[in-house]
Amino acid sequence: MSHIAPPAHWRRAKERYRLLGSKCENCGSTFFPPTKVCPKCRRKGKIAQTEFSGKGKIYSYTIIHSAPKMFEKYTPYILALVELEEGPKVMSQIVDCKPEEVKIGMDVEACFRKLFEQDGEGVISYGFKFRPADNSWKTSY
Amino acid sequence: MKLYKKRDVAIISAAATKCGEHWDKGLKDLAWEAGVKAVEEAGISGKDIEYLVVGNMSGGMFVGQEHIGALVADFLGLNPIPSLRVEGACASGGIAFFQGYMAVASGLYDIVAVGGVEKMTDVEQEHATTALSGAMDFEWEAYFGATFPGIYALMARRYMHEYGLKKETLAKVAVKNHYHGSMNFLAHFRNRISLDEALYAPMVADPLGKYDCCPISDGAALVILAPLEIARKYTDTPIIVKSSAMASDTLSLLKRRDICTLDATVHAAEKAFRLAHIERSQVNLIEVHDCFTIAEILAIEDLGFAKKGEGWKMCDEGQTYVGGNLPVNTDGGLKASGHPVGATGVKQIVEIVKQLRGEVERGRQVNNAEVGLAHNVGGSGATAVVTILARG
Repeated sequence: MSHIAPPAHWRRAKERYRLLGSKCENCGSTFFPPTKVCPKCRRKGKIAQTEFSGKGKIYSYTIIHSAPKMFEKYTPYILALVELEEGPKVMSQIVDCKPEEVKIGMDVEACFRKLFEQDGEGVISYGFKFRPADNSWKTSY
Repeated sequence: MKLYKKRDVAIISAAATKCGEHWDKGLKDLAWEAGVKAVEEAGISGKDIEYLVVGNMSGGMFVGQEHIGALVADFLGLNPIPSLRVEGACASGGIAFFQGYMAVASGLYDIVAVGGVEKMTDVEQEHATTALSGAMDFEWEAYFGATFPGIYALMARRYMHEYGLKKETLAKVAVKNHYHGSMNFLAHFRNRISLDEALYAPMVADPLGKYDCCPISDGAALVILAPLEIARKYTDTPIIVKSSAMASDTLSLLKRRDICTLDATVHAAEKAFRLAHIERSQVNLIEVHDCFTIAEILAIEDLGFAKKGEGWKMCDEGQTYVGGNLPVNTDGGLKASGHPVGATGVKQIVEIVKQLRGEVERGRQVNNAEVGLAHNVGGSGATAVVTILARG
């Protein structure tokens, strides 16, 4: 990843911090990442912001062994496609879980974590990661 | 209603450089090498070329060079013809071909050169990986720690879960591609590998190991197109472009209808076969975009040569070798032959042309091949181009 300007972090911060997506009030479809148009309803659609519960299941996963510099210190880490209970899928790291324990169908929940630090100016980016749902008591992380 | 009549288009010459780490050659040198070979093969002069389209993914990030259309036209001595660089990540070459094909088919130009070039090894691998990750949705994939092998690994894992694919079959795809590549003088890797080597190689993104991933290569390719009616003036063996079709899908994997299907490939293939009036059973060989071993299996299915969930069986049974029912990636594919991203789509077409003319090395020539198909993908499947070629 090349240099990311502070405004580029900031623009998406709310969506990444609170798992904000969008919803079409005409047909009820939900979207993540948020969209500006409902592909089904087009002009008839009415897009509004919606906050997802953060509960979901692992749809697919991988263990990343070879990563870009800013993620290197986390390797091997679990990257997953999580299917939210509201329908959309998100790509996220799975934490508080050993690589050998992760499986498809596992219940997970969103948590707020540091994503990476960039060299140089020290902008730290935060956002959601997911952890096994039954680990919810481990708030000390 | 269409207001024009489409012309038939033929490829009159096709050439590619060797893929690999060309420390002695820059982007211009590679484009020059492929260009000169193709022009000489067609027996034309640079002055006969009326339009140039070049596929290039990221000259800017790989060698700090943009404005590739004019650059290549200048270096090949083609000024002042119109020249254009097109970009669609790893499908840039396929898109360039699609554009060049339209220019001739529409009747606007007669002799059109379609090139692809990428110089990737001047930067550290870390930087090259960064450039390539621009082909996925940066804000919602790469930002969260996704890598390209990681994205294809997510597809592979889900596919294994749904259809019972084993890692051993993925390894067999790599073994087959290295076997084909070993007979290809222009391939990046010409070594054969064993099943165990592939199976127990270091992990990149579980379940994909080192041999499931294509390399970073330098390379270029160029083909010259002409209307079919005058093609025989330049060659005794014109290769007819039966069709070339392109489709798009969501850039990010997370928005896909089904992560085990590349819908862009499905749409492009359906259109290409419809326009070509050719059945799947008439196709003698295919070049598919195997940036990762799983991608070859998905391509076989999405192009319509196997039902969803069953393509891996063809690979498992060895039907995809030269001599099998459906030879796939007879040049070694992206895996062994190399993946100079912007050049790959054109390089695949060069391979099909050579196969249809019966000109490739012994051992990997498909006997009496009449029809071949090339399939080029951008990113994790946001762009796909399918081109069907036949012997004239």
